[in-house]
Amino acid sequence: MREFVDGNSALVRAAMDSGCDFFAGYPITPATSILLEAVREFPQHGGVALQAEDEIASIGMCIAAAMAGRKVLTATSGPGMSLYSESIGLAVMGEVPMVIVDTQRMGPATGGATSTADGDVQFARWGTAGGYPVLVLAPTDVQSTYRITRHAFNLSEQYRAPVLILSSKEIAQTRQTVDLERDSGMPVIDRRLHDGAMPYLPYRVEDPADVPAFSPIGGTHQVRFTTSVHDERGVITGDRSEIDAKLRHLDQKIGAAVDELALVDSDIDEDASDLVIAYGAAAMAATEAVEQLRADGHRVSLFVPYTIWPVPERAIRSAAKGHTRVVVPEHNLGQYAREIERVLPAHDLVRINRIDGDLIRPGKIVEKLAS
Amino acid sequence: MNGRAHFDYLVPELPYSFCPGCSHGQVVDAIGEALAAIAPDPTRAVVVSDIGCVGLVDKHFAVNTFHGLHGRAITYGIGLKLARPELHVIVVVGDGGCGIGGTHLVQAARRDVDMTVVVFNNFNYGMTGGEHSCTTPTNALTSSTPAGNREQPLDLCALTIAAGGGFIARSPAFDGQLGDTLARAMTYRGFAMVDVWEICTAYFMPWNDFKRKSLLALSESSGMEFGVLRERPPREPEELVPGRPMPRVELAPDYQADVWGPLPALIAGSAGQKIKTAATMLGRAAIRAGLHATQKDDYPITVKAGHSISELMIAPAPIRFTGIDAPVLAAVLTSDGLQRSRAKLATMPREAIIYIDQHLEFDDVAATVRRVDFKTVGRRVGRENVALWAVARMLVDHGGIPLAALEDTVARFTPDKYRDKAAMAVREGATIESTAVVPAASG
Repeated sequence: MREFVDGNSALVRAAMDSGCDFFAGYPITPATSILLEAVREFPQHGGVALQAEDEIASIGMCIAAAMAGRKVLTATSGPGMSLYSESIGLAVMGEVPMVIVDTQRMGPATGGATSTADGDVQFARWGTAGGYPVLVLAPTDVQSTYRITRHAFNLSEQYRAPVLILSSKEIAQTRQTVDLERDSGMPVIDRRLHDGAMPYLPYRVEDPADVPAFSPIGGTHQVRFTTSVHDERGVITGDRSEIDAKLRHLDQKIGAAVDELALVDSDIDEDASDLVIAYGAAAMAATEAVEQLRADGHRVSLFVPYTIWPVPERAIRSAAKGHTRVVVPEHNLGQYAREIERVLPAHDLVRINRIDGDLIRPGKIVEKLAS
Repeated sequence: MNGRAHFDYLVPELPYSFCPGCSHGQVVDAIGEALAAIAPDPTRAVVVSDIGCVGLVDKHFAVNTFHGLHGRAITYGIGLKLARPELHVIVVVGDGGCGIGGTHLVQAARRDVDMTVVVFNNFNYGMTGGEHSCTTPTNALTSSTPAGNREQPLDLCALTIAAGGGFIARSPAFDGQLGDTLARAMTYRGFAMVDVWEICTAYFMPWNDFKRKSLLALSESSGMEFGVLRERPPREPEELVPGRPMPRVELAPDYQADVWGPLPALIAGSAGQKIKTAATMLGRAAIRAGLHATQKDDYPITVKAGHSISELMIAPAPIRFTGIDAPVLAAVLTSDGLQRSRAKLATMPREAIIYIDQHLEFDDVAATVRRVDFKTVGRRVGRENVALWAVARMLVDHGGIPLAALEDTVARFTPDKYRDKAAMAVREGATIESTAVVPAASG
């Protein structure tokens, strides 16, 4: 079914199709239409959607609702992400399945509310105290926003973790011709429930990379949830070995799953020495640039990571094999290029950066590669 | 769970870890008493604790416990209650949490969330070393106010009453009736709060010689009375009718297009001229004619002031890059629009067409310029339909997308009361002999 909708609409649709039935958010350009659509749509299917008094209340309500068993969504932009910061840490510590959308706009601070940017790439990963891993996905256009949002919910359930979607004004507020039903048959994954054995130990894992079984607050078992570092009972602990176990688990739960978490598109020309790596809105310019270059007889490959964090290192190295030059176009001053450089130290890295609120042109990428 | 009457809501034989003489233990006991009296299903009861000495209480409760970030306990209580309305929610927070989380306290009262907030109010931040809080009396000595507190203490009860809270009470921790008061608060259907005044034996008491007598005297002198200060009838829950769902309309390719390459278009004007709406109509019409379209809008943060520019890319194949550099069709309605899009207009090729208001200063471009008396157009079709008129004009002059596709789109997507006028605007714009288009000067 062909429709003419923007990224925010596609995102709300995907959330509902994932079984998400709780939204709390605060109006902020360019995420506001997610809130406005959710408050109209969610109650149609017995869900809850509301505007909270601020971003901190929004994410707080979502975290609690998730622990009561709901699939939850909240959405904001850069300034709101800054307010979410501590709460993202809470979601990491408490192993809360939830989806958080950052519809990026020009920063810093209030920045340019109606201008696009991809300036929160590092912030999304390092935006809360402690530095523990956060899962971050980035769609590239409206059609992929639907699919990536579906993935985000599935991954948040599978890993009992907050998943950030890095959208942007460009994707969120550009209408495109899409068929959202095309991907609507994707499987829906739900969090693994506790098997009923007594007592319920909310954070018990056999192996540090495992995901603890879930039992909702208000369900059959008593649940303890705490922001403090805790033992497997969910009780604050000062025991160094318990602390080490819990925190390493937070690291390894995501770290050990890097390869499974790597959602990427790889279009590799075995004989090419040039590789373009692009994510988010820049991936569309990159796609067109690669088409143009190939039409002109230039051999070039394209790699699009939808998973931004954890960095899909193995997939990047595999894509870059045999290439000598890597071009990374970004609507920021090279935030992901630093990761690429770290992962591919032997490659010649070319940065294309634009921060004035307008998009990098395909022609600019072509020009850089032609030189 | 069976045998609820004998259920220990407080974990037995677990000594309190509070400072010697601290009254937090008494308050926890009173909450336990209230829970025993009400006897909710323990799996459906949750104690949400804020940060501070009050945050040490969760291990004493044998119900669900949720200990979150400082000041945000009330937000978790609301989330839990909305997610599972059958939950019995008790939020325990200090005067510290009421400061940092003051807005949440007020909003919860305004929303009349059915939960009970118990404030462990000991007039300072105990856990971090006795700093002043939002309830510290004026002139009191604390670690952060060594010269005496200069601030007015907050009357939490007056605040929540003003915000619409339903059951609001204040009690000293050592009051024998505290358990009863808490039971009443917990039974109340709506927002309930009990401001429990306590003595912090570690800091506030020694530094201010603050004992029971002083606590009672403070109540007198401040006018912050003890007792149930408000108990209004609970509000009846209303059946809320959901708003209209978002429309999901299929744009089936029922029409045939004659477009074989990219067709970028631009509509530029002022905010409030329904530029975006007109652009969306054009995009939809293109899709109805089997094409692909993207639309991007540019406007400042103000509403109904400043420029409004919509860029459309229309193409026979899926569109990747949505940016537009050299439109093939453009309509410029006002000087706001002209200023913002001037650079792009200058890049338009010779065969491109620009429809521009006759009064705007504009020349020296490669593209074909057609001046239009948009003021007259506005008078005939309504100012809100000028952009739509221009879209119809562009469509007809280009010839690649059938007018019927636009007419159909406008009919389907324009609300009833505006439909006829919009349809007229399209017809007028499509009229080849339209007198609104100013004849080109010779030469």
